[in-house]
Amino acid sequence: MNSTPAFDSNILRVKVKKRIGEFDLDVSFMARQGVTALFGRSGSGKTTLINLITGLSVPDWGRIEIDNRILCDTDKHIFLTPEKRSIGFVSQEGDLFPHLTVKGNIEFACRFGKGTGFHIPIKEVIELLDLGFLLGRWPNTLSGGEKQRTAIARALLSHPRILVMDEPLASLDASHKSQILPYIERLRDEFMLPIIYVSHDMEEVVRLADTMVLLDQGKNSATGLVEEIMSRADLRPLTGRHEASSVINVIVSQQDEFFKLTQLSFFGGKLWIPFVDVPLGTETRMRVRARDVLLSLTRPKGTSILNILPATVKEIITGNGPQAELVLDLGALLIASVTKKSISNMKLEPGTKVYAMIKAAAITHRALGLGGLRSRRN
Amino acid sequence: MLSLNGFEIEALRLSLKVALWSVSLSLPVGFGVAWILARKHFPGKILLDGLVHLPLILPPVVIGYLLLVLLGRQGIIGKWLFDVFNISVAFTWRGAAISASVMAFPLMVRAIRLSLDAIDPKLENIGRTLGAGPFLVFLTVTLPLAAPGIISGAILAFARSIGEFGATITFVSNIPGATQTLPLALYNLLQIPGGEQGALRLVILSIILAASALIASELLARRLKK
Repeated sequence: MNSTPAFDSNILRVKVKKRIGEFDLDVSFMARQGVTALFGRSGSGKTTLINLITGLSVPDWGRIEIDNRILCDTDKHIFLTPEKRSIGFVSQEGDLFPHLTVKGNIEFACRFGKGTGFHIPIKEVIELLDLGFLLGRWPNTLSGGEKQRTAIARALLSHPRILVMDEPLASLDASHKSQILPYIERLRDEFMLPIIYVSHDMEEVVRLADTMVLLDQGKNSATGLVEEIMSRADLRPLTGRHEASSVINVIVSQQDEFFKLTQLSFFGGKLWIPFVDVPLGTETRMRVRARDVLLSLTRPKGTSILNILPATVKEIITGNGPQAELVLDLGALLIASVTKKSISNMKLEPGTKVYAMIKAAAITHRALGLGGLRSRRN
Repeated sequence: MLSLNGFEIEALRLSLKVALWSVSLSLPVGFGVAWILARKHFPGKILLDGLVHLPLILPPVVIGYLLLVLLGRQGIIGKWLFDVFNISVAFTWRGAAISASVMAFPLMVRAIRLSLDAIDPKLENIGRTLGAGPFLVFLTVTLPLAAPGIISGAILAFARSIGEFGATITFVSNIPGATQTLPLALYNLLQIPGGEQGALRLVILSIILAASALIASELLARRLKK
């Protein structure tokens, strides 16, 4: 599935097996520049995999490389301990040293971090994560978000080649989450730091990641671009049954100041969403929930819905419930959730021409990769 | 009333000396044992755990007697120590320090082990990923985090050593100037008719010492918790 570039631009290569009790982990994946999400439910083996990558545990069999530097190779009996791997690690709780202040925590990394990767001056890191006024504070007086910012700064200052983040936002509430996300995006976009991002939250993944490794019961069931994985019907049970949605790459093509609307263009059409204050030409990614897509056999007239897009039914996926999911081809792939009864009434089948309708208001700020503030690399 | 007489000063000086040596002896060993009990898993662990706690549950006289058997001039280790190094511990202040450290050992180990158990291993792991090797992580993460337990263990052991009586009198007897610590001196006074006045002074002295140790431990723990 992964579109392989002409040259090998992989930074991290992982191929590992480990058995813990009854649980078998058998994963291989590669990560390039940008954010690679390890996505899976709890118990899918994410943390086990992370421990193998950071060197906190030893695989039964396997090989891990960064930039062709071997971190671990069981066949050759090579195993670099965590301190020699140049991997910056941010854990779920932040895990700041309670006996050190914020300053002490980040200086710890400066003192011992002899990583071979990114060297960002401490002043710049403090500024980047807005830690200036927190330096003298003790960890137990910090909010969850402040702790995570300190933990990220600490990981950055160990001169990592890559950053591994194990559900860094999982223990934060929604408002703190949205405060931290922009910091991570800046690491990705300004410092070009490759990030392995572990998460079970699809919104975070869609917003941050380019590539996605889908983990299920210790195996990687799929690896590929986020939008590819999201549109694959066979992976729907893993990517989220309840919130089936499609991800479409879009570009900001028009701003309507009068009606306070923004137009997004994508391969196969255009649509209007509530105004986002970003320059024209900004590229980003849009997530459309399947339940926000309505279908009609004829072009609807006299409707309040702004976005009406002609499409062809590509695939119909039915489950046990009353709902079914339709994969629509409109240039890009769009997923719609409709009742089985409607499918029967409308005589929908692969090849049927339909009109897909999406309410402008359904595309919230959160459904866009940072409201589009992202400049595409590649 | 406020000034101490020679007899009391001698007992106090000896008590402090014995207690300090007792703590210095049992601290490194106690830390090692606490570390093994907190971090290692091996078949005989319960046995070691039980052995460490023996002084807490056995009558002190039994410990004193066992020490005499092992370390006395004719004892298994004592004979060897005397023959090879010309060191004798029986009936000297050194023996008093040893019996005090044995009696205080379980308290020391418990306090340190509790503090080691309370350290989240994730913090040590983070230290490793940040570039510090195992020994540096031990020095910069484990030790500072265990410090409150180590200090309270040391102070508890100190207080216990000051108060040690049964094992000491059995092992090294009650020799003024050599092994007669505060409790032994107190015991001695109680055996003499008319010694109650002197005994009372020693009682007060003991209370002051014990209370200061407790307060010191509390203050240090609070400071470290900050």
